[in-house]
Amino acid sequence: MILIWLVGILLAAGLAAWVSARWSAQAPRWIALGATAADFVIGLVLWLRHYEQLSLLPQNKWLAQVDWNWIARFGVHFHLAMDGLSLLLLLLTFFLGMVSVLVSWTEIQTRPGFFHLNLLWVLAGIAGVFLALDLFLFYFAWELMLVPMYFLIALWGHERRQYASVKFFLFTQLSGLLMLIAILALYFAHHAATGVYSFEYEQLLGTPLSSAAAWWMMLGFFVAFAVKLPVVPVHTWLPDAHTEAPSAGSVVLAGLLLKTGAYGMLRFVVPLFPGAAHQFAPIAMILAVIGILYGGLLAFGQSDFKRLVAYTSVSHLGFVLLGIFAWNELALQGALVTMLAHGISTGALFVIAGMLQERMHTRELDRMSGLWSTIPRISGTALFFALGSLGLPGLGDFVGEFLVLLGTYRVSVVLTVLAAIGVLVATFYALRLVQRAYHGPNLHDWQLPDLGNREAFILAPMIIVLLWLGLYPSPVLNTFKPAMNSLRQYVSRPVAASRR
Amino acid sequence: MLGLLWLVPIVPFASFICLAILGARMSRKTVAAIGVGAIAVCTALSILITASFLTSPPAGGSYTQVLWQWIGVAGFHPQIAFYLDALSLIMMLVVSFVSFVIHLYSAEFMLDDEGYSRFFAYMNLFVASMITLVLANNLLLLYLGWEGVGLCSYLLIGFWYQDSANGVAAQKAFIVTRVGDTAFAIGLFLLFAHLGTLDIQELMHRAAQQWPVGSAYAIAASALLLGGAVGKSAQLPLQTWLPDAMAGPTPTSALIHAATMVTAGVYLIARTHVLFSLAPATQFAVAVIGAATLLVAGCSALVQSDIKRVLAYSTISQIGYMFLALGVGAWSAAIFHLMTHAFFKALLFLAAGVVIQALHHEHNLLKMGGLRKDLPYAFWGFVIGGSALAGLPLITAGSYSKDLILWQTWSSAQGSTALWIAGMVGVLLTSIYIYRLIFLVFYGAKKMEVRHRPGWQMKVPVVVLSVLSIVGGFVNIPAALGNVPAFTNMLHSALPEVVERHTTGINEVLSEGIAAVAFVLGLCVAFLVFMRRRSLAEKMASTSIGQALHQLWFSDWGMDWLYDRAFFRPVVWVARVNKGDFIDAFYSGLAHLSEFGWRALRTTENGRVRWYAAGITAGTVIFVAIVLWL
Repeated sequence: MILIWLVGILLAAGLAAWVSARWSAQAPRWIALGATAADFVIGLVLWLRHYEQLSLLPQNKWLAQVDWNWIARFGVHFHLAMDGLSLLLLLLTFFLGMVSVLVSWTEIQTRPGFFHLNLLWVLAGIAGVFLALDLFLFYFAWELMLVPMYFLIALWGHERRQYASVKFFLFTQLSGLLMLIAILALYFAHHAATGVYSFEYEQLLGTPLSSAAAWWMMLGFFVAFAVKLPVVPVHTWLPDAHTEAPSAGSVVLAGLLLKTGAYGMLRFVVPLFPGAAHQFAPIAMILAVIGILYGGLLAFGQSDFKRLVAYTSVSHLGFVLLGIFAWNELALQGALVTMLAHGISTGALFVIAGMLQERMHTRELDRMSGLWSTIPRISGTALFFALGSLGLPGLGDFVGEFLVLLGTYRVSVVLTVLAAIGVLVATFYALRLVQRAYHGPNLHDWQLPDLGNREAFILAPMIIVLLWLGLYPSPVLNTFKPAMNSLRQYVSRPVAASRR
Repeated sequence: MLGLLWLVPIVPFASFICLAILGARMSRKTVAAIGVGAIAVCTALSILITASFLTSPPAGGSYTQVLWQWIGVAGFHPQIAFYLDALSLIMMLVVSFVSFVIHLYSAEFMLDDEGYSRFFAYMNLFVASMITLVLANNLLLLYLGWEGVGLCSYLLIGFWYQDSANGVAAQKAFIVTRVGDTAFAIGLFLLFAHLGTLDIQELMHRAAQQWPVGSAYAIAASALLLGGAVGKSAQLPLQTWLPDAMAGPTPTSALIHAATMVTAGVYLIARTHVLFSLAPATQFAVAVIGAATLLVAGCSALVQSDIKRVLAYSTISQIGYMFLALGVGAWSAAIFHLMTHAFFKALLFLAAGVVIQALHHEHNLLKMGGLRKDLPYAFWGFVIGGSALAGLPLITAGSYSKDLILWQTWSSAQGSTALWIAGMVGVLLTSIYIYRLIFLVFYGAKKMEVRHRPGWQMKVPVVVLSVLSIVGGFVNIPAALGNVPAFTNMLHSALPEVVERHTTGINEVLSEGIAAVAFVLGLCVAFLVFMRRRSLAEKMASTSIGQALHQLWFSDWGMDWLYDRAFFRPVVWVARVNKGDFIDAFYSGLAHLSEFGWRALRTTENGRVRWYAAGITAGTVIFVAIVLWL
């Protein structure tokens, strides 16, 4: 039941925020903050309560679940379930949810009610994606993320918002349709094999498929998730969407929406089609390494603060893809930590970009230069997160990327070396960002207000979380471990069968 | 007492956090009290721990303190844990003590700088990282310290950030060292994949058990670690960042870019010496890199006009000696030289700081002169430090350590005559360039007025380091003078002794004698050319060969130019050209195509009956044709 609450609170609060805007412009903000905070607290309590249990059991079934019949005739269930993987990503969702509400506090002045409706519904969609175990419901949640996100970009975005939002919509919608086809194909294939119509994840696992059918279905899922992740060459919606979105939109996009792609790969692509995924792994890993290097190079060339940060996501999520398809314990744990740490560090960079834009009304690095002398606190914080992005040991990103590379080394030495060069490229773009924006002479004589209390209140927890992930990630690793073991078991099962 | 070990890195780290958050609101006095005080505490703790370690040595000669498990995944269990043995003990002591002295100096040197608290915050973070590097019990934690010191180096080179040139130098330092670090990281992947741990002692144990001498894995792993060491210690071919790093404040150059951080590569190799012993090919490469670097940098130092750049090249060259020692298996000698070098090089930089401040931030040697009377502390600092650097026999610390390296380069089983000769030529070069500097700066006609004289906070460090630059060598008296090698004896609990070869030809005393001759020769050349007859120097420089050599050496053998053209510019060019992402052109093309299609179709919908009639007719004809003929 608790899972219904997690999603329900967001949906209901969204409507309440919309309605409340009639009476006060501040009300929707407080409602949204309250809802995300309530969800975060619930998530935290769940984590603390289950933590002991998590580390004792070698692998868990679900920590909590709800399973209702929805459309019985088609075998559609309303089935939500949570394991360690979902739990961690939900915590990230609610944490960044609070961040995005706070970051919009003064930035969003037009139609705050409708804004918060959209924001909360995107979060609800994301939470639904991380929880849904019925593929029909999953697809429903997947689409639920899309529409409010489109509105967030199209209505509250920057100069080229129409272009960016339509591009975002087309990429996601088209790739989502491929996934829908793959879901339906799997649904009918499962019926053909067992005589049961079902969208249930656990029933569909291990559905006997011809290798060609598995290959095409796997690709259908893969493309949908690859667009979200994003994987080169279907990444080009990302810089536009991230750049044009309002700060909250960028935080949600980079911190959460991209993670749904990674989650899909972990939860569905590999476990549902282990054989095909295994065959496909070399291609996916090569694409991942191309993404790491190419994304880094693109980031290095940008002169727009947000666009630069946006491209770094292409690079960082390449590590996630690499880790998922290397599919061993080290690499998977690394992929997970990278997902969380990237959510924090890149999210924070977008928050800072928003603060700069609010003060300076520009994102152009050429118009910045020497900001350290006027806003040292914001500059120092930006430096911290840039260091996270370039993989400084002691911060979360390092742990993730190091584990991914350590795991990938066992699969392919060449790809590991190339990906490690990607970390070097990260040095290039991160230092360039710091140099262009904060160091150098204050050419344009900016006199700006430094970090305010609300802003410090947003960024300080992010600093602490990033340090915590970098120095003591064990709670996260232990939480993910049982979930990872069951994922790995799904995969090893048919391989063992085929060997026989 | 050893249980206090964790405080040694934590105290400066805590003070960093305190200064980073609250520093801007504190008075300069408070900042200095916290910044210097933390390092004083850190030094006191190191001394207490050393005393305890020496009086009641722990079982097995080492002590490990585990704080918590850092990561635990599938057999990969690096800990946050500190390991103390004779080697890390000496490093900790040298690092904390030299840091303390330099912090004290900085309290006065940086007094007028607006970034006072930022400076001490970075410096304290540096000390915390360096101590972590030194005490780490596993390579991952060492890597954390390693990257941490690299970060501080970057921050402090670019400390005066308002000048973009400093930013460029800082980025260069970070990126070039990170090239080496990438190799280091790949080395860690390899070591973990094959030996299943990154705990240094366990790793060395397993390597020795599982890999035979000369095994390909040992060679690859040690070569990758060497890559990291070469980057950090500014050895060929990654030395180009260090001379530019002089853009930072002078105390930074003294601490990070001379005494401590740049010797981290030497420490890394000594720490993992078992691995290098298993890979003779890599070890030979270490010796060759060391020998080549000490000569190349020595030549470059001869012609520099910036006082700090002379010292920077001299640092590169001296670390070359340490690499040479490591390469021939003279592990203890390398660490001995690391220690004495920390004293005299820090001294030289601090004395240079006095000169630079006195002349209002003038760096150019050729504009200086006759400062002997006005700046006696700087003068004597330079004389003592310079003589230690060049190796004035018997008196200075530098001669003890360098003579030991030279002798063992000859006598070691991995040594050779060629390497020994390179080392001797290096002595000659060192002596020439450092006395050139001293003669140019302190003798001759006075060219600039002294505007600022040092106070006690700057004088005391100069005096302390001067004393250490002399007595620092007495801890290891060679055979000819009574044979009390206390320092190397102590290290032998952590590092193996040098394996001697059977040689005839020269003995230890003769080697020392030849080094003394080379030293005197260099001094005489410098005296003749830069003191007696300065016209001689100009004459030599104006010949065509002289000009070419000057140009070559001045530009650091053109390697900067090469890297700029071969790597940096192409990357920047590609990034700039591809700013719009050529892949997106495909999707824009698609969009344009559909837009074109839409326009084309739209023109048919024009409301003219003739068009529609023609369309219907054409459609009918086509359909009929299809039905009839297909």
